[in-house]
Amino acid sequence: MLAFLIQRVLQAIFVMFVVALISFSLFHYVGDPVLNMLGQEATEADRAALRAQLGLDQPVVVQFWKFVVNAAQFEFGISYRSARPVTDLILERLPATLELAIISAIFAVVMGIGLGIYTALRRRSWLANFIMTASLIGVSLPTFLIGVLLIYVFAVELGVLPAFGRGETVRLGDWWTTGLLTASGLRSLILPAITLGLFQLTLIMRLVRAEMLEVLSTDYIKFARARGLSKRVVNLRHALKNTMIPVITIIGLQLGTIIAFAIITETVFQWPGVGALFITAVRFVDVPVMAAYLMMIALVFVVINLVVDLLYYAVDPRLRVQGGGK
Amino acid sequence: MSSTPSSVNQSAGIGHEPTAAAQEPVLSVRHLRVEFPTRHGTLVALDDVSFDIAPGEVLGVVGESGAGKSMTGNAVIRLLELPGRIAAGEVHLSGKRIDDLPEEQFVPLRGRHIGMIFQDPLTSLNPLFSIGDQLVETIRAHLPMSEREAREEALRLLREVGIPAPESRLDSYPHQFSGGMRQRVVIALALAARPEFIIADEPTTALDVSVQAQILALLKRLCADHGTAVMLVTHDMGVIAETADRVAVMYAGRLIEIGPVDEVVRNPQHPYTKGLMASIPGIARRLERLYQIEGAMPRLAAIPPGCAFNPRCPHAQQRCRDERPDLMPAGGSRAACWLHDPVDPLPPRLDLEGQEVSHVR
Repeated sequence: MLAFLIQRVLQAIFVMFVVALISFSLFHYVGDPVLNMLGQEATEADRAALRAQLGLDQPVVVQFWKFVVNAAQFEFGISYRSARPVTDLILERLPATLELAIISAIFAVVMGIGLGIYTALRRRSWLANFIMTASLIGVSLPTFLIGVLLIYVFAVELGVLPAFGRGETVRLGDWWTTGLLTASGLRSLILPAITLGLFQLTLIMRLVRAEMLEVLSTDYIKFARARGLSKRVVNLRHALKNTMIPVITIIGLQLGTIIAFAIITETVFQWPGVGALFITAVRFVDVPVMAAYLMMIALVFVVINLVVDLLYYAVDPRLRVQGGGK
Repeated sequence: MSSTPSSVNQSAGIGHEPTAAAQEPVLSVRHLRVEFPTRHGTLVALDDVSFDIAPGEVLGVVGESGAGKSMTGNAVIRLLELPGRIAAGEVHLSGKRIDDLPEEQFVPLRGRHIGMIFQDPLTSLNPLFSIGDQLVETIRAHLPMSEREAREEALRLLREVGIPAPESRLDSYPHQFSGGMRQRVVIALALAARPEFIIADEPTTALDVSVQAQILALLKRLCADHGTAVMLVTHDMGVIAETADRVAVMYAGRLIEIGPVDEVVRNPQHPYTKGLMASIPGIARRLERLYQIEGAMPRLAAIPPGCAFNPRCPHAQQRCRDERPDLMPAGGSRAACWLHDPVDPLPPRLDLEGQEVSHVR
């Protein structure tokens, strides 16, 4: 178990190192920030001074080493645009994105698994068929269109939910702001959470359904029924556990994409999260913010993958036995 | 503990055996018909199948792949694959009709009164649950036992099926057992609630030859001990000859011959059974080439009118192509063949011994 864990952590560190290399190379390939920051009128001396201040005059290897050391301490330098520490900018925006992502992930996972089980067990009912057909819409419509449609129906026509922003927030601790404790915050969360989670919901649902149908046709399910176990035990204990093994991986990866794809939803709903921050950063070639965002998303994926591997370990006894050596 | 239903049932089964056999069959199947509605019309997978199994009796069911052997077992325990359904006929268990029970009332019968063992022990056990868990849940689904009592019972069952050191294996997972050991676990599971009747669907086909004999002997011994009747589905006549009391031969979804195993093996009455027996290699006979019945079993969509075997039968005559024969007394068994019509038997067209030799090319 320990060997398995150490191996996976080493892999994770390697992945982060590679992403750091890519993030770092941004500094050299996305234009010259000094020109952007100082404009046309600056003198050569001004530019050299700024280069020195930003550390851009040093050899590439030294710059990269500094970048990695700083990144390991969550230190990404100063934003070219707002001249504030990037870490502060991200921390300021992170709670909004995380709350949105977590709520839509819960929405997608709970509804996705539930509907997946339902459509697998009641395969022939009209409601299951309707859900399956409707889910095609969820898979095929682009996220921004769903967001715009929801805004049109619930905010413009019906006027029951806010169309943009995060509502009122409450400060918790040093830097965390939450919208979960106010009525307007919760109301503001509904549309973006649905928009962000809908694609994942349909994906999870269709996956659970397909896996469950496959598991239900296996010999051990037939034997479980032949042993006289109740339908409930067969479906929800035996079949569901086997269904979840492949589903866990996909859910894990999808949680990562929820955070990554929050960019689009945040733009549509003017949600003050890191996604919106990243879009602004791209527009202004604010490389430190872009690099930090890239590293953050990579970290999210790596951590989720690690958790998925450990979950596998917990669920599947076949891995536990060979686990250490594998 | 001594008054648990398992022990009551067990002793009752043994005590009743000699007399009950004559009185009431544990399983009685009458005119069973199973259909698969498909887009291209309805396939008849089982057609007018009738047979009885006495308490404690082992009935072997043989036939080629697709003859309806496994289908019969699946229909009796009502685990037919969709869209298969019982279209006609009746199934009685210990005198009580069970084919028309609603599903909720049928579920408790499975495992408790009708057990089932499948072909492949490697896939019969859920890989994510320890065998102890699977045993305990099965026992507790049927018998009023606490978790601890059920674990004790599980240990006893594992010991009974010959798993060495069951205490240390109870928390093991299926992948930690060999195929033969897994089939022992499967047998323990199928017998956990002491059913009076079990369906063993090719229980040894997936096993090594060396393990097959052990598993058959185990199954036979346990069922004899508990007075459990067995429907043994197999295509292996050797298994039938060793294990069964009576044998039923199936062809194209129909039962074509049924009788005591010695009679059917030594003195088969239906031309198909004769061909089947002749095609078994023997140590005594030295042949250049094994005998084979010409042609192939018809697909379910294309079963000929009259006797299903008539296109391949050396004795076939006009009547065989027009009218379907029912089971009729024939020698020591009963066969569905007009050669044995008690009123107006068809004359056999050829001497089958000669026919058999002529087939050996």
